[in-house]
Amino acid sequence: MSLFASGITVPASEIPDLLLPALRDTVIMVGVVMAVVLVIGVPLGALVYNLAPGGLLAKPALHQPLTWFISIGRSLPFLVLMTAIIPFTRLLTGTNIGIAAAVVPMSIAGIAFFARIVENSLRSLPPEVVTVAKASGGSNAQIIWGAQVPEALPNIVGGLTINTIAMIEYSTIAGTIGAGGLGYVAVTYGYQRFDHGVMIATIVVLVIVVTAIQLLGDALVRHLTPGQTVLRKAHA
Amino acid sequence: MIEVQGLTKTYGTGEGATSVLRDVSFSVAAGEIFAVVGPSGAGKSTLAQCLNLLERPTSGTVVINGQDLTALPESQLRAARRRIGTVFQASSLLRRRTAAENVALPLEYLGVTKAETRARVLELLDRVGLSDKAAHYPHQLSGGQRQRVGIARALALRPKVLLSDEATSGLDPDATAQYLDLLRDVRDELNLAVVLITHEMDTIVRVADSAARLDHGVLAEQGRLVGLLTDPDSVLGEALRASGPAAAAPPGQATVRLTYDTGVPPDWLGRLTIETGAAVALLAASVQAVDGIPVGTVTVGVDDADLQRVLEAALALGLRRQGGIREAVPA
Repeated sequence: MSLFASGITVPASEIPDLLLPALRDTVIMVGVVMAVVLVIGVPLGALVYNLAPGGLLAKPALHQPLTWFISIGRSLPFLVLMTAIIPFTRLLTGTNIGIAAAVVPMSIAGIAFFARIVENSLRSLPPEVVTVAKASGGSNAQIIWGAQVPEALPNIVGGLTINTIAMIEYSTIAGTIGAGGLGYVAVTYGYQRFDHGVMIATIVVLVIVVTAIQLLGDALVRHLTPGQTVLRKAHA
Repeated sequence: MIEVQGLTKTYGTGEGATSVLRDVSFSVAAGEIFAVVGPSGAGKSTLAQCLNLLERPTSGTVVINGQDLTALPESQLRAARRRIGTVFQASSLLRRRTAAENVALPLEYLGVTKAETRARVLELLDRVGLSDKAAHYPHQLSGGQRQRVGIARALALRPKVLLSDEATSGLDPDATAQYLDLLRDVRDELNLAVVLITHEMDTIVRVADSAARLDHGVLAEQGRLVGLLTDPDSVLGEALRASGPAAAAPPGQATVRLTYDTGVPPDWLGRLTIETGAAVALLAASVQAVDGIPVGTVTVGVDDADLQRVLEAALALGLRRQGGIREAVPA
């Protein structure tokens, strides 16, 4: 029971009406952001990896600024990044509140995050992958898209799962500046009104969503790794 | 055929420069298997990378069927690489592709149509005896099967030169033998010039027509295998001869090492004993067929008193003395 007037507390029967639209907003926000992150993050990660010394396209002059740019995106706490780029966000979307405004800083943080994940996944490939693709007469583009990325796909998808969950976290931070979604509900009802019922319900929904994404991601990685499904069958 | 002329590879410049290969020259005719051996660090893998143009040599030329590949600009290098098929070490298949998809890789990169690719892949897998494993992933194949897939992939674009870069290291003896037999078969069928880079001496005796020894980046010696095996001064020949330690000579007998090949009658030991009337003790022997020619290395013990006569008779039969005579231990 709340310490304050009981009228402020949302009755249990009305909690779904509050949470379901919020969940929908969160899914839209994270979905749009992850689409942008995939489209830009994978090529960017592959580019950073291959521009580095020893890479296919080794060009230190290009690699340096690119890796600095990503590092800046990675090093700012999301709250700071979000606030700092408000002028840029307003330029793109015409507003600095709401879902549209939240998607911009989330995408920037997400792209930087995912570029590093892709870079790291490519780095852990055995060097034979490039040697064989080169000796088979592959162009740089063919080697990147036809050998490196497909071979690293299980690792990349594993990273995608981590990234998606991180974006849900960022969406709740964005919620505090009025982006809507589960974070907004948690802050306005749970924090500002001490409504424990809504707070607990929000936590339960978040745990369920995150667990579902993790399970889905793990299943996908297993499916993409030759031998994993076979091994599991053998153990069963 | 492939002709390598004055191949030099230097890393770094100025005082810090290190030459990994120095003035390496050899040529391999169509239908010939040429082995390059050497200890690790001798420059074998750099040589392999210069041959399939993954590395540009600092100087020197690699000529395949009359075309100097080293003179090509970067943009044409990719096409040039297709003229050499390379079989790498066992781990070189893409893990997320099936055997068939691995063989298809060079065809995909070339832009061959799907239908043509499928037909060619089936033909290649059939040739290496793995048509039933087309849909298997590398982890479902044995090391030997993976290397046969490697051969199929290397042959996909019908190259005239095949490079086998340490392809049998890590394979068990049976798988190694199968790999080498297959290598020889495809050489015969397709009239390939084969460069076999290895550190395993058994491998060479089994398939090579000629061999070279790479030592600190220099080709220290090279020649036909039979010549090397019977050349008493050849370090490579010495290493290639299966030579376990000889049994100890009985007291009073001196020991001497003899080598022989084609010109010597197979029953030379009996003849020697009859002709000289001396007892000849056989202390170590190795006879192997190289390209169908028997090549033998033996260590014999002879009584001191008979030694001179036996040696003369042996030389008359066509055998050669290798090294000095070990004095008899007094009886």
